[in-house]
Amino acid sequence: MMLDPRLSVIEDRLKGVDRIIAVSSGKGGVGKSLIAATTALLLSERGLRAGLLDLDFTNPSSNVILGVSAAHPIEDKGMIPPEIHGVKYMSITFFSGEEVMPLRGGDATNAFIEVLALTRWGNLDYLIVDTPPGLGDILLDLLKLIRRLMFLVVTTPSRLSLETVRKLLALLRGVRAPVIGVIENMLTDISISVKGEVERIGARFLGSLPFDPRVDGVLGNPKKLLETKFAEKLSEILDQALKIT
Amino acid sequence: MHEWALAEAVVSTISRIASEKGLGEVIEVTIRIGELQQIDLDAFKFALEQLSSQYSIRAKFEFREERAEFRCRVCGETWPFKKEDLGPDISEAIHVIPEVAHAFLRCPRCGSPDFEVVRGRGIWIESIRGGG
Repeated sequence: MMLDPRLSVIEDRLKGVDRIIAVSSGKGGVGKSLIAATTALLLSERGLRAGLLDLDFTNPSSNVILGVSAAHPIEDKGMIPPEIHGVKYMSITFFSGEEVMPLRGGDATNAFIEVLALTRWGNLDYLIVDTPPGLGDILLDLLKLIRRLMFLVVTTPSRLSLETVRKLLALLRGVRAPVIGVIENMLTDISISVKGEVERIGARFLGSLPFDPRVDGVLGNPKKLLETKFAEKLSEILDQALKIT
Repeated sequence: MHEWALAEAVVSTISRIASEKGLGEVIEVTIRIGELQQIDLDAFKFALEQLSSQYSIRAKFEFREERAEFRCRVCGETWPFKKEDLGPDISEAIHVIPEVAHAFLRCPRCGSPDFEVVRGRGIWIESIRGGG
């Protein structure tokens, strides 16, 4: 017998969290981290207790989006995430710093289990999970270890992105994982919306987010980020998708 | 106190296994402790003691410490974990999440970050002996 005791406490660590939403995509570079972080900020702005967990261990970016610098988890019978602009936030960058950290799948799984087993989220209305792109180890680990997960899927108007989303949705449907719907990001004046395609796949189309060139200039400043057209439109989409009033 | 969280995981697992196996009492538990996790054994024992009483577990705990060893996936070099070569911040980071070693350690022969932890990672329950 060789038992990994960490697996026994994962559910307990998440018992105070009402809803867990994974923000996922088939491809990288579609704005998943930005949508995940902004969603957590918007929920917090409405007085809801929100958390953000960055599981993109090899290319984390939510720390840049939120402008995390001096904050660090507090060690108290585990790790208590710091609050960044009202959002309880956990990322491996608290430990790896600015260093490059390449991880093979098994190591990423181990890091994921360690983070879940150690983090004390307390009571949250929403925990938003920023996932790495694709159908790799972390997505499979999420499906295995967090049973009551819901998915918010992100695509761009590109057919290349939509093709990968089609595969992601097929996987999620196959394992009966609840999908809130698909958000289209980076829509421009010349883009053709993928709304019809998404609905043909059988998924709920939640709405389109405009390509907002000002977003890049306010990364690291959550207050300014929430003032962008991008955040305003995302807020409207979440109102409908999550039935927030 | 990271040791408390790990002790909670151990006690929760013992309780679950005892229930699944129908053990009336748990007599002895053997725990393997990997060096890479750099557990403060006294703090870990204290936490196990406190938590065991909450779960009405009166087991004797045996500890087996396992030295950490790395192997480069590129050139095959093997080398041990040397805490003394790391600063306190890096050491603490690896203590919390051992995989963070991949951010700070490199193969001493070829410099690759692509290495595996052959042994000495994490906490494992090796055996649970029960009665009743």
